Amino acid sequence: MAVKSYAQAINEAHEQLLSSDQNVFVIGQGVESPWCVGTTTLGLVDKFGPGRVIDTPVSEAAVTGAAIGAAMAGMRPIVFHPRMDFMYLAMDQIINHCAHWFYMFGGKVNVPVTIRGIINRGNEQAAQHSQSPFAMYLHVPGLKVVCPATPYDAKGLLVAAVRDDNPVLYIDDRWLYNLAEEVPDQLYQVAIGKGSVLREGSAVTVVAVSYLAGEALKAAALLEYEGIDVEVIDPRTMKPLDSNLILNSVRKTGRLVVAVPEWPVCGFAEHVVAVVTAERFGRLKGPVQLVTLPDTPAPASTPLERAYFPGCREIVRAVKKACGKGKKQRYAVTYIHTVVD
Amino acid sequence: MSNALFPPPPEFEVGNDLNIGDLKWFLLTMMRIREFEERVGELVAQNKIVTPCHLCTGQEAVAAGVCRALARDDYVFGNHRSHGHYLAKGGDLRAAMAEVFGKSTGCSGGRGGSMHLTAPEVGILGTSSIVSGSIAIAVGSALAESIRGGKRVTAVFHGDSVPEEGIWHESANLAALKRLPVIFICEHNLYCAHMPLDRRRVRDNLSAVAGGHGLSSVTVDGNNVLAVYYAAQDAVKKAREGCGPVFIECRTYRWHGHVGPNDDADMGLRSRAEIDVWRERCPIKCFSGFLIETGLLSGQAVAEMRALAGAEVDEAVGFAAGSPYPDPQDLTKYVFKEGGQWL
Repeated sequence: MAVKSYAQAINEAHEQLLSSDQNVFVIGQGVESPWCVGTTTLGLVDKFGPGRVIDTPVSEAAVTGAAIGAAMAGMRPIVFHPRMDFMYLAMDQIINHCAHWFYMFGGKVNVPVTIRGIINRGNEQAAQHSQSPFAMYLHVPGLKVVCPATPYDAKGLLVAAVRDDNPVLYIDDRWLYNLAEEVPDQLYQVAIGKGSVLREGSAVTVVAVSYLAGEALKAAALLEYEGIDVEVIDPRTMKPLDSNLILNSVRKTGRLVVAVPEWPVCGFAEHVVAVVTAERFGRLKGPVQLVTLPDTPAPASTPLERAYFPGCREIVRAVKKACGKGKKQRYAVTYIHTVVD
Repeated sequence: MSNALFPPPPEFEVGNDLNIGDLKWFLLTMMRIREFEERVGELVAQNKIVTPCHLCTGQEAVAAGVCRALARDDYVFGNHRSHGHYLAKGGDLRAAMAEVFGKSTGCSGGRGGSMHLTAPEVGILGTSSIVSGSIAIAVGSALAESIRGGKRVTAVFHGDSVPEEGIWHESANLAALKRLPVIFICEHNLYCAHMPLDRRRVRDNLSAVAGGHGLSSVTVDGNNVLAVYYAAQDAVKKAREGCGPVFIECRTYRWHGHVGPNDDADMGLRSRAEIDVWRERCPIKCFSGFLIETGLLSGQAVAEMRALAGAEVDEAVGFAAGSPYPDPQDLTKYVFKEGGQWL
């Protein structure tokens, strides 16, 4: 056990998966670039060779399709997209083919591929280099979607994704790459479909995804000074969702905040609200609060960007609203973005 | 274009490598596909089959010629018009008919229908009804085999409109770049749904386009089963020996319309005269005529083979009609595969 960064944890998972299973290979754009996908693929080509760690032309659809086909033929590929924005070019292969194949052929041919979509945003990259469109994929039957928020989960979920017999979309977040904690040296799995309680509390449940999980912990620390005891839940897997973990927490607290760095309409946050209200309708103690991006493409200019991405401040405000502090509530569900109060 | 529409009749040349058993296999396989397609067409017309059926009648020589050159465990991917590919590669005829009937005994358990057939036991990992959908996937099974150092090749059947899709070009480039053992078989039947070639492309030059991406490419008479076979045999040899991907353009024609048993002349999409020219070039009639003329088979033997194929299809229709439908209780079965390789 040693302290490792989120990026190191991903790199180590790749290295150990490639070492332990000859069917695993890695394919995607930039594996050999000087940046090595933010160091997450650093050293892999030297160790395993360009035959198993494959850099590719700029052909998102064909490269993703090739990984899917290799999985059908018995391999365990990891195909990565250095930016999720570019992954849209492979949507037909991911949805029409990868996700539907096992069902469409009556369970005869499964597709054990891991599709790694990397969120890369900030530093004035604007609308086409900033997206984290979770819901596009969550909507599709046949895909599992995981989104680690910690170095421990980053390693364990990548191992679980590769070993799952189904297609798994593994979404990692460049804003977390320097986050560090103790990570076991050996190979281990974090079970797909199991969330984690990052902080226990009694007053309000905050379900937070990706970098907002860390922001929720910061918010909880600040709110403790104000006497609000926050429980923070990281679903880790967005689909299949660990609904019981969230429901049990809301049964205890009676209040819900969901914080997801995504557009608000038909998103994961709304899905969590639907799951909770279906069971807890009439028994919630306060209005549900959603912390999301505004329904707006990502801007470039730094002041606009600061206003665009929510963080600790917005979660604090949402928790206070959920607890009935501040102005009188008129709505059962409120969206909170940085620019919209 | 006129040469493409009115080509000379097929000329057959039997090499020393083929014995009478091989020749009979070609003929019986084409007859089996023909009987299957024509029976399915009748059942569609009688509303006994609901799933959209894209019939390959007239194109049988491509499936038979290519699949004879493949080994049992070589991979095959197909498209929306793949009944012939499935049967030629050795897929179970009864399971295909049951799938078209939407029955639980179908090769895809009634989840796929006519356009989505599979038979992994003979290397058919699936067919995609998205135009160009299985091209990159076929490159992927070839990549898998290349990484493993295996000898299997992958064959992917596609229509002449597929090079109008971007992913075909990406896939051809990737396959050539990595020298992958994949064979692109273009069934060039001159139409994409309702649109003839000259309304879709400036040039009738698909082989040259494939060659431009670095694939070995060749154009053959797709109604000549032996010409297709020899082109495929050469392609399989190249692919298996690590010489990279091959593109085979097979010039052929579908007798029926884009979908269903009509011929699209009724819709004004093409002329009866054109269809009649191609019916004269029937791959089965021409090949059996050649075999009889050269004394390799008797007229009676040919008639017996046709009766045999018809009987197999009759039996399959009985099996399909008598099979149960899938249970609606199982509607959500097969969304995910249970389990995994847990530590």
